[in-house]
Amino acid sequence: MTEPTIYELSSAGRTGVRFPEPDVPLTHLPQSLMREVLPLPELSEVDVIRHFTHLSSLNYCIDSGLYPLGSCTMKYNPKINEEIARLEGFAYTHPLQPESTIQGNLALMYDLQETLKEIAGFAAVTLQPAAGAQGEFTGVMIIRDYHRSRGDAKRTKILIPDSAHGTNPATSAMSGFEVVPLPSDARGNVDLAKLREVCDDTVAGLMLTNPNTLGLFDENVIEVINIVHQAGGLVYGDGANLNALLGIVRPGDLGIDIMHFNLHKTFSTPHGGGGPGSGPVGVSAHLADFLPTPLVGIVEKATADLPPLYGFIKPPKTIGRVKSFFGQFGMFVRAYTYIRMHGPEGLRKVSEYAVLNANYLLAKMGDVYHLPYKRTCMHEFVVEGCWPDIPEIHALDIAKRLMDYKFHPPTNYFPLIVHEALMIEPTETESKQSLDAFAEAMLAIAKEARETPELLKEAPHDTPIGRLDEVKAAKELVLCCWLPDDK
Amino acid sequence: MFSPHTPSETVEMLKNIGVKSIEDLFKDVPQKYRFPKLNLPEGLTEMEALAEMHEYAGSNETVKGLLSFLGAGAYHHYIPAGVDSLLRRSEFYTAYTPYQPEVAQGTLQAIFEFQTLIANLTGMEVSNASHYDGATATAEAGVMAYHNFRGKRPGILLSSAVNPQYREVLCSYLCGYENINIQTIGEDFTIPGNPDDLAAHVDNETALVVVQYPDFFGRIFDLTAMAQKVHEKGSLLAVVTNPIALGLLKTPGEMGADIVVGEGQPLGIPLSYGGPYLGFFATKKEFARKISGRLVGETSDAQGRRGYVLTLTAREQHIRREKSTSNICTNQGLMALAATIYLSLVGKSGLKQVANLCFQKAHYAADVLGQVPGFSVLSDAPFFHEFILKCPRPVEAINTLLLERDIIGGYDLGKDCEALANHMLICVTEMTSKDDIDYLASVLEEVTHD
Repeated sequence: MTEPTIYELSSAGRTGVRFPEPDVPLTHLPQSLMREVLPLPELSEVDVIRHFTHLSSLNYCIDSGLYPLGSCTMKYNPKINEEIARLEGFAYTHPLQPESTIQGNLALMYDLQETLKEIAGFAAVTLQPAAGAQGEFTGVMIIRDYHRSRGDAKRTKILIPDSAHGTNPATSAMSGFEVVPLPSDARGNVDLAKLREVCDDTVAGLMLTNPNTLGLFDENVIEVINIVHQAGGLVYGDGANLNALLGIVRPGDLGIDIMHFNLHKTFSTPHGGGGPGSGPVGVSAHLADFLPTPLVGIVEKATADLPPLYGFIKPPKTIGRVKSFFGQFGMFVRAYTYIRMHGPEGLRKVSEYAVLNANYLLAKMGDVYHLPYKRTCMHEFVVEGCWPDIPEIHALDIAKRLMDYKFHPPTNYFPLIVHEALMIEPTETESKQSLDAFAEAMLAIAKEARETPELLKEAPHDTPIGRLDEVKAAKELVLCCWLPDDK
Repeated sequence: MFSPHTPSETVEMLKNIGVKSIEDLFKDVPQKYRFPKLNLPEGLTEMEALAEMHEYAGSNETVKGLLSFLGAGAYHHYIPAGVDSLLRRSEFYTAYTPYQPEVAQGTLQAIFEFQTLIANLTGMEVSNASHYDGATATAEAGVMAYHNFRGKRPGILLSSAVNPQYREVLCSYLCGYENINIQTIGEDFTIPGNPDDLAAHVDNETALVVVQYPDFFGRIFDLTAMAQKVHEKGSLLAVVTNPIALGLLKTPGEMGADIVVGEGQPLGIPLSYGGPYLGFFATKKEFARKISGRLVGETSDAQGRRGYVLTLTAREQHIRREKSTSNICTNQGLMALAATIYLSLVGKSGLKQVANLCFQKAHYAADVLGQVPGFSVLSDAPFFHEFILKCPRPVEAINTLLLERDIIGGYDLGKDCEALANHMLICVTEMTSKDDIDYLASVLEEVTHD
């Protein structure tokens, strides 16, 4: 069923919300500064509510089932988070209010900074970056300014393993660095020989995702970090996969200098159909002065009678500001609630169950789907979505067929180093029954691939719409449903 | 809590995997650092967590409890009940980026409608699916302009009447680019940022000129002549705008803008201490393939049914890696949805009404506050819902006194610009009543009387 657009639903003269008449004497804006037409739709409140309710029914979401997107950590988003973020004391605070009127927000941000430091083993944390990609950008700028501050201008290269997220090379390039790709070895680790070969005094740093996008913990991680440090480079840790490590190991303890967190992955803030994310960045002590401004600090210590006074602090060698105000505050509230409810043991359980679930699913599927690196995985794993005896079947066909079984497909065609990759991350919030059902669907599809391949090729059959013509979309490039000139 | 595993299920799962304990799954982690003891307080139940978070929230003053005249980039507007009611549908907020269009048409169509609304509001032809906030959307305008000229035009001119935080973020984003030359024009002026002063600095090295409309001080300048001068030099013009003001004002598109960006927070998004907010980015069709960030396009399935997909993804980082011009992964999906619902609910007549209320009340406030002895309104141009109030004493001292009477005063302009010490930026929206404004005037008179 196709839902009309809001412009198609518009009827001249309708209105959804009325506002009071002005209670002040009227004045006039010069006609020359006013617009002649305002091409917005006209709908009643009922029209609007029904339209968006219809649209919502066309979505798959975590609340309807398993969402095994690898590297996206689609875990359940606790309902209490939503209640708390909407408390009047948070939702109705203006970011430019005097610090004395906003001590609750500052205390919460300070406590979240401290908590993230403890969880990942860093000396300082900024909450400002809006998302993981912006956290990476912040981290790479810190790397750049750190070397510059030491008068070390020849470090122009960033090393990036071929198993890294695409954001890593894009971030390095937009920060003015040359990207040097690093191959993986036969066990899916960083190739140490190659790393030694390229590490010299032109290397600014290495961006390391660990566990990597194959879901594997690098067996030589300490050595990898040492090699880069000995060459004078810094090591950036991509925290996208932190859900495997809570209470398991602290990246800062391993020697990682900088890392971004994804509050929307690891700490359960909702993905919102593609944002808002939130990407705080942690650094070790020698980089704390470079963090974006401002940070939250204690400006007057607590006394016997008074709590501490919180305020904003500008790090002395700051890279500047990467976003307006202080970050995605509403996400800090949700993430901090989540962390407080778990405590240290609960956080460790999160990662333990995330890894248990991934390995269980792998055990159930591993005989039928080819696993390129035969090792214990962490929170996710990658299999090949193809078989040599039926070359016409691709990962995409399997992904689309899964929708008929009422599951969201895994991430596909990523990482690029695995042929026809299907990247599966079940997260800790799935039960054994839910994993069993998913594994059964995957096994049934593998059977269909041989017996009734057309079921896969033409899938999905049971969704609001069939496979969409992406070439047409890019060629015709229709980006708006109605513009005044269309008539 | 949120993991459903029972002890017997865990044992059975471990058996399937072929290991004895969960600890055995972590053998790749260096033993020395494995299983650190995290020094964090014990976990709370939902009841306890709620109580603790109430304590944090309760230590804040709010714009509901106090009377606020703060704007300067974040605005207190009325949010119709329908907005949050729809946002709380978990089909929207617990979904991921719509990579699989067959099961994400709800999100995709909503973004497609968002793109349409933003294009129509700004008078442009295309819009993307959103950026993090107004500041980063402004920075992305700089990125697009720089790449549009393949780095051969290194100059970016910023009006000093562009939000100072936006200018800072643009500088952070672009400072790594080869030969980049970012200049702010007019910072030393007493009243900064007349667009005509800016036009004189444009030359054939200039990639982009950035102005704000209404500007950071609330003033409205017709940009038509300026746009012409910018285009004569072959440069592009980006206009940072306020979407509520566009309920009344001539569009940046009509005046010749090439790129229109801004902060979408006024469109149904709570203040929430500065985030999450919504950056919007609209441009001309000729630049559609150069926009960074997500785009949703219309297409059809095999049966000819209309549907929507993320399009031009080949520009993006997960495919082009180091060759892409931006590292953007997410947009502000849920915030874009909020703005889409808001604009659908208020519609054509409602947005005009809100804009007019802001305009009328701000002008009444300027009238009344300008008559308080010692105060004067500094404005050489028409303004929208913010204006500069010159004060007889430092703004911080006045605001401290106002706070004692439950008023959050205007933004202290001296913080960003020395020439504007003793000047505050007053913001008035539809949430402020005539009585509120009269009360502010009387308190100002009282606290500065002696």
